[in-house]
Amino acid sequence: MRMAFLEITDLRKTARQGQSLVDILKGINLTVQRGEVLALIGPTGSGKTTLLRQIGLLDGPTGGRIIFDGVSMAGAGERALLQARRRMAMVFQKPVMFRGSVQGNVSFGLKVRGRNDGERVRSALHAVGLSGYEERDAATLSGGEMQRIALARALVLQPELLLLDEPTANLDPKSAKSIDGIIQSLASENITVIMATHNMQQCRKLADRVAVLLGGRLVKLGRPDEVFGDREVCDQMLCSSDGI
Amino acid sequence: MQEIWGGFVRAIDLIITLNAQVVEITTRSLYISLSSAFLAAVICVPLGGLIEFHSFRGKKILVNLIQTLYSLPTVTVGLIVFLLISRSGPLGSLGLLFSPWGMVFGQAILVSPIMIGLTVTALAAVSPQIKDTARSLGATEIQIIVTVINEARQAVMAAVLLGFGRALSEVGVAMMIGGNIRGYTRVLTTSIALETSMGNLELSMALGMILISISLVINLLLNRVQGR
Ligand SMILES: Nc1ncnc2c1ncn2[C@@H]1O[C@H](COP(=O)(O)OP(=O)(O)OP(=O)(O)O)[C@@H](O)[C@H]1O
Ligand SMILES: [Mg+2]
Repeated sequence: MRMAFLEITDLRKTARQGQSLVDILKGINLTVQRGEVLALIGPTGSGKTTLLRQIGLLDGPTGGRIIFDGVSMAGAGERALLQARRRMAMVFQKPVMFRGSVQGNVSFGLKVRGRNDGERVRSALHAVGLSGYEERDAATLSGGEMQRIALARALVLQPELLLLDEPTANLDPKSAKSIDGIIQSLASENITVIMATHNMQQCRKLADRVAVLLGGRLVKLGRPDEVFGDREVCDQMLCSSDGI
Repeated sequence: MQEIWGGFVRAIDLIITLNAQVVEITTRSLYISLSSAFLAAVICVPLGGLIEFHSFRGKKILVNLIQTLYSLPTVTVGLIVFLLISRSGPLGSLGLLFSPWGMVFGQAILVSPIMIGLTVTALAAVSPQIKDTARSLGATEIQIIVTVINEARQAVMAAVLLGFGRALSEVGVAMMIGGNIRGYTRVLTTSIALETSMGNLELSMALGMILISISLVINLLLNRVQGR
């Protein structure tokens, strides 16, 4: 059997909330193949962002492990973590911009790798529909523009694994559609995408598989039609104004 | 009253005609205090980063202690540095006592708490998301620190400017470590103290006005870097 690109075993995360400790992830098991588009859905507070941060190697787990392309990240040194991180990119739910121009923001990841490629920055900006924004002051962008710049900032790195936390939440329908198009084209380039979303149509359209999180547990995993056909999942959490 | 007014006019005359003594003392003062602010900044800004970017036991207490030292009496620092660099002290062999470099050393120590403390405050104000974003885009730990300092650069610059202002206007270290030697370690503040006690009011007033003007410029710069 081919080794999975990403293998998550019994992943647990406990965090301090005031005086008490709470379990945010309660033993997640999940395997993702290279080139797959996986959607993470679940009600607010179910742990989607926490899981993405774990996969992005931004926080360490309380228990369990992540194997990324055959290398265990449990107890890995700073060097190994950096190496793995440099093969991924993440776009946050509420992206922040670095001080300075759009150009400086989009080229950030290239610069920290000792490269700077104006052509790639240009094409990344083109991909998100913001050509010609290079010299704009990033602080003056609108929320939707920031979200798209954040996506360009990740795309420019040509990552093998792209982590997206509600990539179209702040966008108008037209921009959202163009972002969906980008995600679709990534899939055809064999780039693995894991995205958290509340948008069921986006799930159906883009995802190869859907993972349903509920209270820090993975309660359902399967093809979109399987998951959305499940009455129980629907009753528990999903069926709402999204029209499924 | 008339005497003071006459002194005031002659003081302005000393400044306008660029009196040699006035120029010499002002230049030395700026030179020494800029050097001490620079020396302190080179050490204190990274040190502030080190404190802010690491969690360790007693961090809160340490930061509180540093903040308490903001208003450390300058004569206390003068005494401590004197003991350090006097001939029998641990750094006595460097021959820093009664020299400009001794003053630079002493003033750097004097302004260190301000620079470290305000750097920590400045960096703490940067959104933790900046760190996460930099890390997720493949930055090394050092690149992350540089990124955060760059985000806070105005507040960090303000910390350095405030340190410079304190170094320029202090008299304890300059007097006790420099020794107020004419043409060698005599600076604005120590000259003012000396000339006033000798009744040489016009020179005191001229130097005093210059000191106030420089402080004003520092303040204008501060407002500017803070974008007000
Ligand atoms: N650092 C933290 N410390 C304490 N609690 C946390 C921390 N991060 C997240 N939580 C809690 O863990 C739970 C899951 O949070 P998470 O951000 O992963 O949810 P989510 O599924 O992304 O929600 P949303 O759809 O609203 O973005 C929430 O109850 C949150 O309050
Ligand atoms: Mg979230």
